[in-house]
Formats: sequence, structure tokens, C-alpha cells
Amino acid sequence: MDTLVQIKNLNKIYESSDGNVIALNNINFDIHKNEFLTIIGSSGCGKSTILNILDGIDKDYNGKIILDKDIKIGYMLQEDALFEWLTVEENALLGLKILKKLNKETKNYTINLLDKYGLKDFKDKYPKSLSGGMRQRVALIRTLATKPDVLLMDEPFSALDYQTRLQVSDDVYRIIKEENTTVVMVSHDLAESISMSDRIIVLSKRPGKVKKIYTITLTNKSTPIENRKAKEFAYYYDALWKDLDKNV
Amino acid sequence: MSEYQRKHKRKKRLILFTQLAIFILFITVWELLAKHGMINTFITSSPSNIIKTIINLYNTNNLFNHIWVTLYETILAFTLTLIISILISIILYKSDFLAKVIDPYLTLLNSLPKVALGPILIIWIGANEKSIITMGILITIIVSIQSIYNGFKNTPPIKIKLMKTFNASNRDIFLKLVFPQNIRTIVNTLKINTALCLVGIIMGEFLTSKAGIGYLILYGSQVFNLDLVMAGIFILIILSILIYKIITYIEKRLEKY
Ligand SMILES: Nc1ncnc2c1ncn2[C@@H]1O[C@H](COP(=O)(O)OP(=O)(O)O)[C@@H](O)[C@H]1O
Ligand SMILES: [Mg+2]
Repeated sequence: MDTLVQIKNLNKIYESSDGNVIALNNINFDIHKNEFLTIIGSSGCGKSTILNILDGIDKDYNGKIILDKDIKIGYMLQEDALFEWLTVEENALLGLKILKKLNKETKNYTINLLDKYGLKDFKDKYPKSLSGGMRQRVALIRTLATKPDVLLMDEPFSALDYQTRLQVSDDVYRIIKEENTTVVMVSHDLAESISMSDRIIVLSKRPGKVKKIYTITLTNKSTPIENRKAKEFAYYYDALWKDLDKNV
Repeated sequence: MSEYQRKHKRKKRLILFTQLAIFILFITVWELLAKHGMINTFITSSPSNIIKTIINLYNTNNLFNHIWVTLYETILAFTLTLIISILISIILYKSDFLAKVIDPYLTLLNSLPKVALGPILIIWIGANEKSIITMGILITIIVSIQSIYNGFKNTPPIKIKLMKTFNASNRDIFLKLVFPQNIRTIVNTLKINTALCLVGIIMGEFLTSKAGIGYLILYGSQVFNLDLVMAGIFILIILSILIYKIITYIEKRLEKY
């Protein structure tokens, strides 16, 4: 199994005028190639902090992040953060443009993603005319356009209502699998995590520590919605629920 | 059309009709009272005298000159305010320290009645058009800076974070996010500014001027020609409606997203 990223003895303290907050306490784990890894934990336990550090936008930490060769990391945030004044296509190309990687090839690749994932007729529309699920897809494509080796997703479905959420998690899962991306997702939804992940890391409450790492093996693994019917589902749900419950 | 819509439409028409009726009634009563000598037109002027005065101004080729002078001063002051306030907002946005230091001074300047600075302007800049334009700028600039700077500051943090995930430079963050995000704020500021700016220009023209609508009004009052004063005010009303319409048009054009 190829390891893309190693996280070693990661510690993080937020310093502020009204005292320090210890957010992460000695975090260790690896990210394997092509896996879907989910980090779960209660709110405020440091999940977003881990992603910020992995992405490199937060450089103020202790410990080591060892990247395999020069792999690229993409980050899909908790909100879609689409720019209202840009069309869907311009939004999808934003990352490439800022990274100065916009050329004919990358542009075609991105437009192809839009076409393939149900946004063909919306390329020239503004974000306000999109549904929540479509907005989320544009946000995902904006990140995938930069062809990241590891895709970080911070509670990507939290802004959606329950019905849409199920559908969008299926869509996103399909896109990720088809584009062969390694994923680290943050979530606090147990069912969602079990239905999508290969492994699940449970964090303790603040300061975040790795409490347990589960490898999820489901019989007849397929789409997230289908996976919810697997016979092992209840077992994992119960185990994770107990882990989180003792936290709070 | 549903019964509700029809009702709604009828109500709207009734409001418009009443508004027009009040206007026409007011003008008619004013004119009639003047005609039958029941009010002193020397003090109140009259609609027909106002029209005569405007035609007169037109015939002596002065009307459009005065309108143009005021319009030109307003546009210039307005444009300068826009440019200066955007530049200062950028500087304050870049330097949090400076912004914090300057904040109480801005509040102080803002609460000061700018007219009070008129005499100083005349002494420092001179009794000329520059003073008038400076007055127009002074009256609008503080509010402009405050609202544009606040707009910049309130750019959603999630969008800034997004830009950082793409390794955006500060320059990119400003040009591709903060500025376009705030075009609306800027247009809204413009909308408030035009009216205020016109106030500043008229005030400036009261202080020192050789032409312009403020000049007409002031001159009219000095020679006790109330027809001229009223004509000036009437032209001013038309002018401010016109400016407002132009800004609303620009705003509509930007409404696409
Ligand atoms: N910029 C910051 N300054 C101070 N404290 C912060 C900052 N960002 C996050 N924290 C604190 O660190 C802890 C972990 O935050 P976060 O990683 O966002 O949690 P999660 O994503 O798991 O909900 C929280 O208690 C939060 O209040
Ligand atoms: Mg979070």
C-alpha cells in the first residue's frame, strides 16, 4: 500500500489575546493512495485544523507532515464559497487561474468535468440559479480541476438538507471514484462516514487526539446509499457511536 | 390576471393618480393665488413667472451654461471622491494599524458640519472653482471611505480561505475577490454620494461663484428676485432627479448576478 502523506506528532496551539487553545495533541496517521479516509469527532475537536495544516494554509504547528514526492493537495471547504459575480464556468476555472495553470488542456479538462457531472447547461449561468447540490458539485470541480493527488473535504454536505445530502454524497462519491482521487473527509455524521469511507479516524474531544482507527469492510460495497444497507453497517454505527458518546 | 393582482394594480394606479393630483393642485392654487393678488409674488413668485424666468435664461444663452457649470463641478467632485476614497480604503485595508489609528479621526471629521470649513477653504484655496469642488469632495469623502473600507473588511472569510487554498497572493486576493465582491457596496455609496455631492457643490457656489445654479439662487436672493431663486430651485430639483436616474440605471446594469 502506497503512503502518500505521513502525519507525525502533530500538535497545534491557537494563541489569542484571551488565552491559548490546545487544538491538537500528538496526532499520528497515514494517508494511503486511493483510499477514502474520514476523520470524525465532535464539534470543536480540531478536524478543520488538521485539514488546514495538511493543505498548507496553516503553517503554524509542531510536528511533521511528510508528503510523498511533490504531491498536490486540493481542499474543498465547508461552504461552496462560489463567487456570485462569476459564471459557473469561471468559478470552476478560478483555482487554475490563480495557480497560473490555466491553459487549453486544463480548461478542456474542467469543462469536460462540468459537462460530465450535470452542469452542461449551466456553464454560463451565475451561481444564484443553482441548487445547493449543484453548487457543491461546482465547488468540487473547482478543486478537482487542479488535479490534486489528495482531496481534502471539510464537512462537504453540512449545508444541505437531508434528502439532497444523500443524493449529493452519492454524486460526489461517484465523481471521486471515477477521477481516482485519494480523499480525506471531515464529518460528524456517522452514517455518512461509514457509507463512504475505507477507514475512519475517531478523534477525542478537544484537544483532539486519535482515539481509534477503523477499517471499514462492507459486503457488496457499492454506492454510499446502497452501502447503508450492508449487514456490517449497524455494527460500525454502534461502535462509532459509543466512541463519540464517551467523548461528550 | 387574478383578482388579487387586479386589486393591487388598481391601488398602485390610485396612488400615482393622487400624487399627480396633489402636484397639479398645488401648482394651480399657487398660480391662481398669485394671479388674483392674494399672495405677494414679490416674495412667493409664481409658476408662470418661474417658467418665464427659465425661458428668459434660455434665450440669453445662460440656462445651459449654469446647469453645465454645476453639473461639471458635481461630476468632477464625485469622480475625485470615488477615486480618493477607493485609494484610501485600499491603504487602510492593507494596514490594520493605520486603520485603527485613524478611526476616531474619521468619526470626528464625519460629525463636523463641513460647511463650517467653507471660509477656511476660501482662504487656503482661493475664491475659485477649486474651493467649490473641494467642498463637494469634503462633504462626501468620509462616509465614502468608511463604507468602502467596511465593505472590504467584511469580505467573507471563507472566500479568502478559498483563495489561500489556491496559494493566492495578497494582490490576487484583492483584485479577484475583495474588489469585485464590493462593487455593489461601491455603487450604493455612489448613490448616496451623488445627492450629498450636489449639496456640497451648491454650498460651495453659495460661498464663491460666478456661475452655476447655486450662483443663480444666491444672486437672485441678493437682488431680491424671487423668480430667479425659485427658478434655480426648480432646475436643481430636475437636475437631482436626473442624476438619481442615471445612478439607478448603472445599478440596474450591474444587477445581472
Ligand atoms: N483562529 C483560531 N483562534 C483561536 N482558536 C481557534 C481558531 N480556530 C479554531 N480554534 C479553536 O480550535 C478548536 C478546533 O477548531 P476546529 O479545527 O475548527 O474544530 P472542528 O473543525 O473540529 O469543529 C476549537 O475549539 C476552536 O474554537
Ligand atoms: Mg470544522
